[in-house]
Amino acid sequence: MSTAALSAAEAQTVTAARRLARARSVFIGVGRPSTAAILARALYNPRLVLVYESGTIGAKPFHIPLSIGDGELAHTSDLIVSVPEMFNYWITPGRIDVGCLGAAQVDRFANLNSTVIGDYARPKTRLPGAGGAPEIAAGCGEVVVIVAHDRRTLVQRLDFVTTVGHGDGAGARERLGFRGAGPTAVITELGVLEPDPQTRELRLTSVHHGVEVGDAVAATGWELRVAEHVEVIEPPSVDELAALRELSSR
Amino acid sequence: MRGGARIRRLFGGRACVLIANMAEIVPLREAVAELVRDGDAVALEGFTHLIPFAAGHELIRQGRSELELIRMTPDILYDQLIGVGACRRLVFSYGGNPGVGSLHRFRDAIENGWPRAIEIEEHSHAGMANRYAAGAAHLPCGLLRGYRGTDLVAHTRVAFIQCPFTGEELAVVPALAPDVTVIHAQEADRDGNVQLWGIPGVQKEAVLAADRVLVTVERIVDRIEPRPGGVLIPGWVIDAVALAPGGSQPSYSLDITERDNDFYMRWDAISRDRDAFTSWIDTHVRGKTAVA
Repeated sequence: MSTAALSAAEAQTVTAARRLARARSVFIGVGRPSTAAILARALYNPRLVLVYESGTIGAKPFHIPLSIGDGELAHTSDLIVSVPEMFNYWITPGRIDVGCLGAAQVDRFANLNSTVIGDYARPKTRLPGAGGAPEIAAGCGEVVVIVAHDRRTLVQRLDFVTTVGHGDGAGARERLGFRGAGPTAVITELGVLEPDPQTRELRLTSVHHGVEVGDAVAATGWELRVAEHVEVIEPPSVDELAALRELSSR
Repeated sequence: MRGGARIRRLFGGRACVLIANMAEIVPLREAVAELVRDGDAVALEGFTHLIPFAAGHELIRQGRSELELIRMTPDILYDQLIGVGACRRLVFSYGGNPGVGSLHRFRDAIENGWPRAIEIEEHSHAGMANRYAAGAAHLPCGLLRGYRGTDLVAHTRVAFIQCPFTGEELAVVPALAPDVTVIHAQEADRDGNVQLWGIPGVQKEAVLAADRVLVTVERIVDRIEPRPGGVLIPGWVIDAVALAPGGSQPSYSLDITERDNDFYMRWDAISRDRDAFTSWIDTHVRGKTAVA
């Protein structure tokens, strides 16, 4: 095992993996969510069903895939379905427990932008677009958002609402007819933001070991509310960190 | 009209025996020349797997222009078609280099209009999947729970209707009906029946939604052995099959070729710079001839 100091990204990934310890199934894209889910399956939840947008259900990758459609995912999955089947039979009906999503921008109600920065017709930065996110966020049992913690990402106002989290607050999802609970956590490299049970506005509920509450508040683009008791997240254990680094080195 | 009848018309000048209810096996260059016209709405589908690169490169070599390009996940191949200016309009749901980042030619066209401005129509994956499925069913629209509450509603073609049975409000999206769908598969037999396996994406729907269909394949076999989970497409819904071994690279054809992840990462630097991109196209696409 590498003896390098724990990085903020590693703390974020392990925190996300722990969140999947009791889930039956998780929908993941590539990058940190994928790494977290593979780690969760290896460490705490060997029966966790990994679902990738490409149609591979129950994939058991040994390597962290570069794309959601790598051959290893197809070779190791329980079943492979077409894209219409993935959305119409599996995601939208709510058969997947947890959907992991990233985004370029997140607002205080955990709505997400992955479409444009700037004006839609004349964007400053054209982002990839919605992909599966709107229906994943509406249909999965709950959503875990994994993003960077800075004022460019956690913003006062989204440039484009690609994906509805909690809309404009309490009752919004019910009015839209969404079945899933929506975002239950935004996991960053500084800590975890969770929606207030009453208002649905995100508040800081925990920070990684060594992070000050003030740092997280300062790195947020709106006036971040802070829970009465902010917990300090248990740092990754020797075993967790070793497993993550070994997985990343494959 | 599909299969043999169409091929007799399209490839009428060729000295060959044609039997109804089969797709003709023709060289890729000829298939592209006959089936794809300037201004067509073309879907070159493939969801990470089985992306028809060889056929797309042949479109570039033949200088097809003013295309409406349709695809759920326009990745490197569409970045190339956009970068050479072949695309007038793009219909899509996710435009990124999977696992790597931006598609720089796609961004340059939308952000700066280089080499030309392109019109876009974007959807969610669920919306695009249901648009193809409706097209395959020859229905006018697809129905789903989706889009609600998002800014997509104001910027794309989606409407909401009330379910006459339950009263629930549901999204409807217009069916997709490409002039031409192009896909890549592992194998075809000599009658042009096709089998693909692994990640099937939305290819079957895209084929059945289209007016004309071209399938490129890794190999021609005497007899197709159906595989569990394999997708079989009969030759009589296909216009032409072209042999293109390695024709999905740098994507892959499961069990035959491997995804060239290294190239997907290298594409980031190649495509970031307009000159480097053009030089790459000149060398690796325009400077080569179609396989087979």
